[in-house]
Amino acid sequence: MPTLKTLPPVIAVLFLTACAVPGPGDAPDGIFDPQEAGNRRVHAFNKRVDSALGGGGEGGASAIPAPVLEGVSNVADTLRLPQTVVNQLLQARLGRATRNTLRFGVNATVGLAGLFDVAGRIGLPEDKSDFGETLHVWGFPEGAYIELPLIGPATEREAVGKVVDVALNPLGYFNLPDPERYYSVGIRAAGKVADRVAYGDTLDTLLYDSADSYAQTRNSYLAYRRYQIGDTETGAADYIDPEALDTEGF
Amino acid sequence: MTRHFLTRRDLVASGAAAALCALFPGAALAVSSAQAADLVERMLVDINRVIDSGKSETAMIADFERIFRTYGDMPYIAAYAMGADGRRASPAQKKAFTNAFAGYVSRKYGKQFRKFIGGQLEIEGSRKVKNAYQVSTTALLRGQSPFDVTFFVGEKSGRFYNMYVEGVNMLLTERTEIGAMLDRRRGDIDAMIADLRRAG
Repeated sequence: MPTLKTLPPVIAVLFLTACAVPGPGDAPDGIFDPQEAGNRRVHAFNKRVDSALGGGGEGGASAIPAPVLEGVSNVADTLRLPQTVVNQLLQARLGRATRNTLRFGVNATVGLAGLFDVAGRIGLPEDKSDFGETLHVWGFPEGAYIELPLIGPATEREAVGKVVDVALNPLGYFNLPDPERYYSVGIRAAGKVADRVAYGDTLDTLLYDSADSYAQTRNSYLAYRRYQIGDTETGAADYIDPEALDTEGF
Repeated sequence: MTRHFLTRRDLVASGAAAALCALFPGAALAVSSAQAADLVERMLVDINRVIDSGKSETAMIADFERIFRTYGDMPYIAAYAMGADGRRASPAQKKAFTNAFAGYVSRKYGKQFRKFIGGQLEIEGSRKVKNAYQVSTTALLRGQSPFDVTFFVGEKSGRFYNMYVEGVNMLLTERTEIGAMLDRRRGDIDAMIADLRRAG
């Protein structure tokens, strides 16, 4: 019997067919952002939330000791591993799926339920994947850039991927009793906060020290995401010629 | 933008190059892959020496600026960052911009280098792509997963002109930044240069 769980991915994939593809000249420097005005409003909102939580300064979550944050981040990473494995199987990347299965086995046991990243130290480093990457492997285009409330930068394809990942997460299919079910969600949310602190300086520079934080966030997100999923064809992967510029006078 | 004409300096240089090539038939003026990797290696050694020196932040940033100017193709990086707006800049503005920009990148990236205390960058190798060399390195920092930093060295200039940190391109980032700073000043180049002297 079809359950409600199958509904989000079906709706999400329907949305994919609506992924916009830039026409010639629509994506200067590899950036396709037809909804820029709306995105900028969401960005301003996200930035307010971030600074209310202590971003751009001392205090907030950055007051928590680093080892605690690292532990939280590790547990959240371990909880995400089954989802990574499912996606790597869908991408037919069997070697990486196998290594991540081992990683999950090691960290969930010897690593004390994921608190310590033991696997990383014995040659099984972090190697994340998600349904957004699976869609790229399957040949879906990136679509337009969007900034999502609270979640942050994404593209249309990545936004669909995020929805499907919630339904794909194998841990969601264990019928956990009620409190434990929410622990999992809570730890993953805490993991995001921990990561925000770990990359604090870099993100602070991006959000609070740049002349146009929206444009810089968009720039960095698109470049980093394409690099992460190995997309060398979209946008700014273009070669920059060190001689094709008039430097006279500079 | 391509260069459409030869300057007198180019003619002198190419004349000298022709003379050199006649003298040493096997020698090419352009750098080799090994030389590109060597340039990056020497630059990293210099950066590490500054980080380990224990000097004040101001003194370190002055050292970083010297390193940027020695190993980097500053006129190229500055011209790229200014983009199309460079075409309407006067020669004096261009000079002032390059100077302000060199200080700005030294402050901005110098602050990032502080994270490298106790860490290291390992050179993985270098390969030729068209008229540049790509030198790949891995950054190993304490308490972080290793990440890729790639340096680009121009074949002709023999200096580094771009760097990618996990796919994020320095030239594009700085062109976006300078463009935004110009927009904020409604296109006033002098006002943007004044802001740039304080930024980073």
